[in-house]
Amino acid sequence: MNYNILIGGAAGQGIDTISAVLEKILKRQGFQVFTIRDYMSRVRGGHNFIQIRFGSEQLFSHTEQLDGIVAMNGETVEYHIERLKPDGFVICDKEIQNPDSRCIGLPLKQAAVAAGNSRTAGIAAAGSVLELLGIADTETEAVLGGFFNEELSDQNFKALKEGRKLVEKRKQIQAAAEDTSILINGNEAVALGAVAADCKFYSAYPMTPSTSIMDYLASKMLDAEIVVEQAEDEIAAINMAIGASYAGVRAMTGTSGGGFALKVEALGLSGMLEVPLVIAEVQRPGPTTGLPTRTEQSDLRFVISASQGEFPRMVIALRNVEDAFFQTVRAFNLADKYQLPVILLSDQFLSDTTVTVKPFDLSLVERDKHIAVHNYQEDKPYLRYEVTPTGISPRIIPGKNPGVTVLVDSDEHDESGHITESAEVRVQMVDKRMRKLELLKEELQEPDFFGNEDCEVLLLAWGSAWGPVKEAVDMLNKAGAKGRYGALIFGDIWPLPEKLIREKARNAKKIINVEQNATGQLAAVIAEVTGIFCHDSILKYDGRPMSSQFIYEKVRGKV
Amino acid sequence: MCDVKFNVSETAWCPGCGDLNIIECLKSALEQSGKQPHEVLVVGGIGQAAKTAQYINTNGFCGLHGRSLPPAAAAKIVNKELTVVVNTGDGDSYGEGGNHFIHNIRRNVDITHFVHDNQIYGLTKGQASPTTGIGHITGVQTAGSMNEPLNPLLLALALGAGFVARAFSGDKEHLTKIMLEAIRYKGYALVDILQPCVSFNKINTFQWYSKRVYKLEEGYDNTDRLKAMEKAMEWGERIPLGILYKTEKQTFNEKFDFLKGDKPLVDRETSLEKVKGYINEFV
Repeated sequence: MNYNILIGGAAGQGIDTISAVLEKILKRQGFQVFTIRDYMSRVRGGHNFIQIRFGSEQLFSHTEQLDGIVAMNGETVEYHIERLKPDGFVICDKEIQNPDSRCIGLPLKQAAVAAGNSRTAGIAAAGSVLELLGIADTETEAVLGGFFNEELSDQNFKALKEGRKLVEKRKQIQAAAEDTSILINGNEAVALGAVAADCKFYSAYPMTPSTSIMDYLASKMLDAEIVVEQAEDEIAAINMAIGASYAGVRAMTGTSGGGFALKVEALGLSGMLEVPLVIAEVQRPGPTTGLPTRTEQSDLRFVISASQGEFPRMVIALRNVEDAFFQTVRAFNLADKYQLPVILLSDQFLSDTTVTVKPFDLSLVERDKHIAVHNYQEDKPYLRYEVTPTGISPRIIPGKNPGVTVLVDSDEHDESGHITESAEVRVQMVDKRMRKLELLKEELQEPDFFGNEDCEVLLLAWGSAWGPVKEAVDMLNKAGAKGRYGALIFGDIWPLPEKLIREKARNAKKIINVEQNATGQLAAVIAEVTGIFCHDSILKYDGRPMSSQFIYEKVRGKV
Repeated sequence: MCDVKFNVSETAWCPGCGDLNIIECLKSALEQSGKQPHEVLVVGGIGQAAKTAQYINTNGFCGLHGRSLPPAAAAKIVNKELTVVVNTGDGDSYGEGGNHFIHNIRRNVDITHFVHDNQIYGLTKGQASPTTGIGHITGVQTAGSMNEPLNPLLLALALGAGFVARAFSGDKEHLTKIMLEAIRYKGYALVDILQPCVSFNKINTFQWYSKRVYKLEEGYDNTDRLKAMEKAMEWGERIPLGILYKTEKQTFNEKFDFLKGDKPLVDRETSLEKVKGYINEFV
């Protein structure tokens, strides 16, 4: 059993705080939480909402039907009441008039005043929700202490208790187990992954929805000793990261599609200089400004082919919060090992969605920096671009090897890094760089497979669609819907791992790609690499995330 | 100590190019600085001047056009033990890289910026640069360059740069001295080096510069920013050479304990114990 509560209002009405407090209380009671944020690109006004789904089982998707609505204004009721279950409720201030019998108008403003702060009405509403559902809040003081100073914490605590007094219990919900989880979103997981990987330099230009990676790292700048530099522009941001990486630290930049477009020339620089680089690209709907605060998966073909010329790169689509953490660590290791750019492809859905997960196990974190040392008196002369069987040349840190210098050049260069126009050396160097892919391909991770091993209907998806598709496949197989269902969800996406897709496609009668874009970009990449074509597509490009329910219904409609 | 030297190899520059003198002076200045080749990083963007790193035995980073300052600044931030010297042209520094020029003055990382300013685009064969004079006819500016030339020294002074100088490739002794002072200066140091382009600038020739340049008189007070601005505006019949302005300023690295401490950032590591604490904050 799980529940779905929507908190809505205008920007500036505090819905972020209300939901953050409510989520944390639920988590501390032992519930699993999956929360999506739907907000407009404005600082005041408009309509924003947050949906908190919670239950005892782990959750992988949001869902459409609502058990309750907390309405901070009248619009919230109008916009969402259609999705409210017949036995659902709306908690709102009594001044909000709505004829629907499920609306419970409460003196929230008075409760806030009684708590000593008129701005705590939303927290009073959260108290009413907890009371209605019969959920205890044993750790609320500690939770509030994490958000507010002592005075505000005290006022909010009182408001929550006042809110409880306003309603009668309707249910008695209890989590099945004690809380052992952390509550975290995709961008925080990427940022934590970077810290765990010993990233020492993050330069970026603020761009929604990637900015919270920079925010988190900046909050740890002094304690973790990480340079977090807000660059003058996207181009400076990536060129700074490349300079820092050349000088020997792990470096990263992050942005969304528009910023990535500006960084493209320097993406090629990382490839040409063979300087390791990790780039987080948190997608939003484009082209151009598009829908700044919303979600889409429409930059896949862009990032795998961006830049003039040819050079090896790796693209990893982040599938969920845990994956975001561990793949970020892995991205640094791969970037260092193969001396190339690694792009982490995320999106607003993953970046802003908070979920409960097991605390990340740091015993799984390895820091493999692949730094060589060179003695100029004993070793043969150092060649930054020495031609080797793997294509990987030993990389040393400038300044750390007396008598040895490191020369890198964006012009085509010879083994020593000097400019060349030799036809022979050109071919040798292109081959050397591209050869690195052969080894990289051997350590690609195959996509996750869910569902029936002998599936007849095979869904193909990538990145953040992982959760909703996984849940949808479960629903389809449980519903006894005709046909047997399975899904492959790609994380490593460029180079494309080919083994499992070839194997599963052989038996599938119908292959359907499920993507948040208008053109079916994963399907196109798979067709290009493997010659396997999808028979049908489920594509969503309205800027709103796909739920498992949405996918379930679309698949049922096609099979 | 090791016996490796700042050797200069054969260049692809035209005979008579100002860059030939500049690289020779750079070599002298680096030698006099007491640094060794592996302790020096020469950074360039794209252009003839930007190739300096190709020809001198130091660490070298030849990046993208206009983008010499961002990687140079970052390299210094993460390894304060490197002496970072940017050598690149007027187009790279003031045109394509104009935004980085502005903001790295504000950032004040301890790097040195030698702009080989020949008032023309050399590598692309003679189009106007940001410092080309009005009326200068080129293959693109067929009726003469119409845009007000950029005044790099005045701009740098306005932005609060702590070390602003001009030199001339034709006076090697003076140029070497200024280069050495710029390298030793703690903070962002700009030296706009006037140089002839023998192939593509037939107006601002060696003779043209020689007739006009003069050294700042002894007793010139280079701590007076307004006076420096006045000197920076002097252009035409007389062009002042020397350190127009010099003042002490806190550098980027000095603003952070962990960047100014004994170990450079490149030698520091974040412990996993620390990361564990951060993860626990999400409980």
